[in-house]
Amino acid sequence: MKYKAITAIAALLALPMSAQAGPDDDKLVINGEIEMVTKTAAPAHLQDAMDEVMSGWHFRSDETQAMEADDFDNPGMVFVEKALGAWETAEGSEGKSCADCHGAVEDMAGVKATYPKWNEEAGGVRTLQMQMNACRTERMGAEAWKYDAGAAIEMEAMLSSVSRGMPVNVAIDGPAQATWEKGKELYYTRTGQLDLSCASCHEENYGNMIRADHLSQGQINGFPTYRLKNAKLNGVHSRFKGCIRDTRAETYSPGSDEFVALELYVTSRGNGLSVEGPSVRN
Amino acid sequence: MKLTSLTLAVAMFGGAAVAAEVGPREVQFNEDGGVEASLSGMPGDPAKGAVVMATKSMGNCVACHAVTALSDTPFHGEVGPELDGAGDRWDEAALRGLLVNPKMMFEGTVMPAFYVIDGFTRPGDAYTGKAAQGDLDPLLSAQDIEDVVAFLMTLK
Ligand code: HEC
Ligand code: HEC
Ligand code: HEC
Repeated sequence: MKYKAITAIAALLALPMSAQAGPDDDKLVINGEIEMVTKTAAPAHLQDAMDEVMSGWHFRSDETQAMEADDFDNPGMVFVEKALGAWETAEGSEGKSCADCHGAVEDMAGVKATYPKWNEEAGGVRTLQMQMNACRTERMGAEAWKYDAGAAIEMEAMLSSVSRGMPVNVAIDGPAQATWEKGKELYYTRTGQLDLSCASCHEENYGNMIRADHLSQGQINGFPTYRLKNAKLNGVHSRFKGCIRDTRAETYSPGSDEFVALELYVTSRGNGLSVEGPSVRN
Repeated sequence: MKLTSLTLAVAMFGGAAVAAEVGPREVQFNEDGGVEASLSGMPGDPAKGAVVMATKSMGNCVACHAVTALSDTPFHGEVGPELDGAGDRWDEAALRGLLVNPKMMFEGTVMPAFYVIDGFTRPGDAYTGKAAQGDLDPLLSAQDIEDVVAFLMTLK
């Protein structure tokens, strides 16, 4: 048998199917006023791999998409409200609230778009949750919040909500570069007995159906995401963990160095897309 | 010398007759990435093969492939090509080889190797997210693979 020729035939057969699927061309405007960039030219570092980056929003059903367009329909906004209370509540031995030092939540607009970010004093890259916990433990005398859980994810959702519509813009050069390179390596490493990398699904196959799931680019501009599947806010690291587990691999833990690096790298793949969290996904 | 090849042939058939199973580490590929001999030493059952392909906890082939003959199972994926006519495009040895380790034919493919247990990065204990303990089990058993091959051969 001539396997080469058959490969070509198989490839041809695959084409008509993938052409039907793919992301839609809808436009996302939140509350009738925040115009979201959900598709844009890929950042320079990614242009060998793809021309355009797209929010996961484009790959979801019309009903799921509609929930995100209005804060009254977005179940994630309940948690943002909760975090607003926490923002103003004094905690810890110093008797300070976030608001005491940072003022109104709106003053934090733009912060989410730059995280994960290099922190000189800490000598490392910090995710937003790590930064929040640094404020709690070092400035408030309060306990660190558990990674990706309850209060931490709610506060992250709130800080994200005030940055919605602003372009994701994380720095990947300078002192952050080594972490970014490590994240990139993790992204392209095939893991587990299924031997799949993030790229196997989210770069080579976005737009295709994998069983009942419409594969997106696995972007994280929309995090935290409210998932209809588990009816709660989901953090980036928890999502990474689930995807790695599904390759039949040993996962990393939320908050681990590996996931911090991967978060920086994956965020940078969406540089230019609007900050969208809390988004709604299935 | 004739005697040697005769002895070899006898040894091979002898093996098949007692239905000796070929383990994941013992599989012999031909130069095209195919596997000539039955892995279980037994013929496959196409009806069972259809079940293996459609069942999520087994082959889960429909996650990536559309197969008209399995249209009772909802949600066929499109990561791989449609398998209709696979029995025309491939012979039995090629299909067996493809299931054991598709990377022998399609370099870098995303299709998993269903009868390989070595060489993985951070292998887990199935879908628990925890590290695997000891040797992995192959994704499908020798007989599962024979059953799937038998089913694929009916797709003409
Ligand atoms: C005692 C004052 C103080 C309190 C209370 C405080 N912070 Fe901070 N926070 C700071 C300072 C100072 C910085 C900037 C220095 C640094 O990088 O650590 C900062 C930085 C931040 C940043 C990063 C801003 C940026 O532009 O990179 C975030 C996010 C943040 N804080 C969130 C919080 C949250 C959430 C709380 C409440 C749980 C909180 N902070 C409580 C003083 C405080
Ligand atoms: C076997 C295929 C597969 C692999 C491998 C995989 N994922 Fe996913 N991932 C999915 C599916 C299916 C979904 C849900 C649908 C979608 O958004 O693509 C998903 C969703 C996501 C999402 C949510 C996107 C959104 O808009 O909310 C992120 C982020 C993500 N994956 C990141 C990763 C990363 C990082 C890796 C590598 C560590 C990875 N995935 C590996 C299949 C995969
Ligand atoms: C993660 C996705 C995935 C899974 C699961 C999967 N395959 Fe594939 N398969 C592919 C891809 C992709 C190709 C195309 C080869 C290539 O170029 O990478 C392929 C190719 C094939 C081919 C050759 C294509 C042709 O000409 O018909 C056969 C046969 C096949 N697969 C059978 C199976 C069977 C049987 C199973 C289940 C035991 C299975 N596959 C599971 C992705 C998958």
